[in-house]
Amino acid sequence: MDRTTIDLWVGIFVALGVAALLGLAMKVGNLTTSNIGETYMVEAAFENIGGLKPRAPVKSAGVVVGRVEGIRFDTVTYEAIVSLNVDKSYQFPADTFANIYTAGLLGEQYIGLEAGGDEEVLKNGDKIAHTQDAVVLEKMISQFLYNKASEPAPATAVPAESTKTEDDALTENPLDDLVN
Amino acid sequence: MIRSKILIRLVRSLSKLGSDFIDKVWRLGAGARLFGLMLISSGESFRRFRLVVREVYFTGVMSLVIISVSAFFVGMVLALQGYNTLQKYGSSEAIGVLVALALVRELGPVVTALLFAGRAGTAITAEIGLMKATEQLAAMEMMAVSPISRVIAPRFWAGVIALPILAALFSMIGILGGYLVAVPLIGVDSGAFWSQMQANVDWQFDIVNGVIKSIVFGVACTIIALFEGYDAPPTAEGVSRATTRTVVTSSLVVLALDFVLTSFMIV
Repeated sequence: MDRTTIDLWVGIFVALGVAALLGLAMKVGNLTTSNIGETYMVEAAFENIGGLKPRAPVKSAGVVVGRVEGIRFDTVTYEAIVSLNVDKSYQFPADTFANIYTAGLLGEQYIGLEAGGDEEVLKNGDKIAHTQDAVVLEKMISQFLYNKASEPAPATAVPAESTKTEDDALTENPLDDLVN
Repeated sequence: MIRSKILIRLVRSLSKLGSDFIDKVWRLGAGARLFGLMLISSGESFRRFRLVVREVYFTGVMSLVIISVSAFFVGMVLALQGYNTLQKYGSSEAIGVLVALALVRELGPVVTALLFAGRAGTAITAEIGLMKATEQLAAMEMMAVSPISRVIAPRFWAGVIALPILAALFSMIGILGGYLVAVPLIGVDSGAFWSQMQANVDWQFDIVNGVIKSIVFGVACTIIALFEGYDAPPTAEGVSRATTRTVVTSSLVVLALDFVLTSFMIV
């Protein structure tokens, strides 16, 4: 088969394309940092996962140790079951805490693992018993308002024409304090 | 008298609209038939791969310059514009993510396909249209050589091979252009630029999906260019019109396909 300059140029062209794809994979994408090491899967049940999504990072002490593999809803316990893929080189005690945290003010949510003190380590298919739900802003605000309302209201905050009796104060709407 | 003239004009324009529409449907069917015929008779382009390599040279290698230069400028503009907005929110380090995601997901495949339609698609249409006008295709048929397997199929496979390679190059060169503006020119931290990019660009969901897009665009752009050339009236005017139609149709089809593909890919 005789060689021509066209073959040479096409060879260079294809080599450039492969190099660009490799560059995208290694330098731009996360192919080198994800799914290279062996992983084991553990599950954790949460009453509320907030905005957690599949492929969210699993961190311990701020270091990424794994990824969220999948999220499903358990119809028996009415909880969210989150399966986590953790790198085999990181072993955690069996009584490890799994919390859902938020990165930054508006950032994505991730799972933080806090190691316990157990001698046994988590194995593939184990379930994390101690979990803490995501912080839901609405819940926090309503709790804050409820606490505020149950405090004895300052005298100046009660308007003079109020027709409420002392008993009403216990059952009044927590929002009243804000409105007045 | 005037009334009947208006009526005649109305009827004429309506029938023109109808015949235009039927013509479009006819061309769609003829294009699909050419695509099917070409797929069936593309065995020869793989047995004699030299034919495809020659066309890869004309469609791919010859487009390298325009693709690299435009990618470089697109990346630089993305970095400039992105920095301008991101620094208002105090997150100018995210500029690497912005440039990389915009290029890998959208601009790489789409702009490459648009440039490809303008640079290589027109050349294909004009070449085949002229071959038809000078009766080279008819001469091939006289010699019992199928023009579809000898002329159409190698060009098709060359386009399908060349466009993903060009798109990958476009993304990579664009990211380098963005890096040049963001890091040495503006002064964003180099480590943050690359590490944020690596943390947020996914291999499968961003890069592989971009490659899939560019393969689909390669099929669409090349088959449109081939059909317009094959279907062109064998006159100078017909070939020139077919060339124009190649660019217009390819661009519209690429943009519409991009929306459809993106809606499939975003979960």
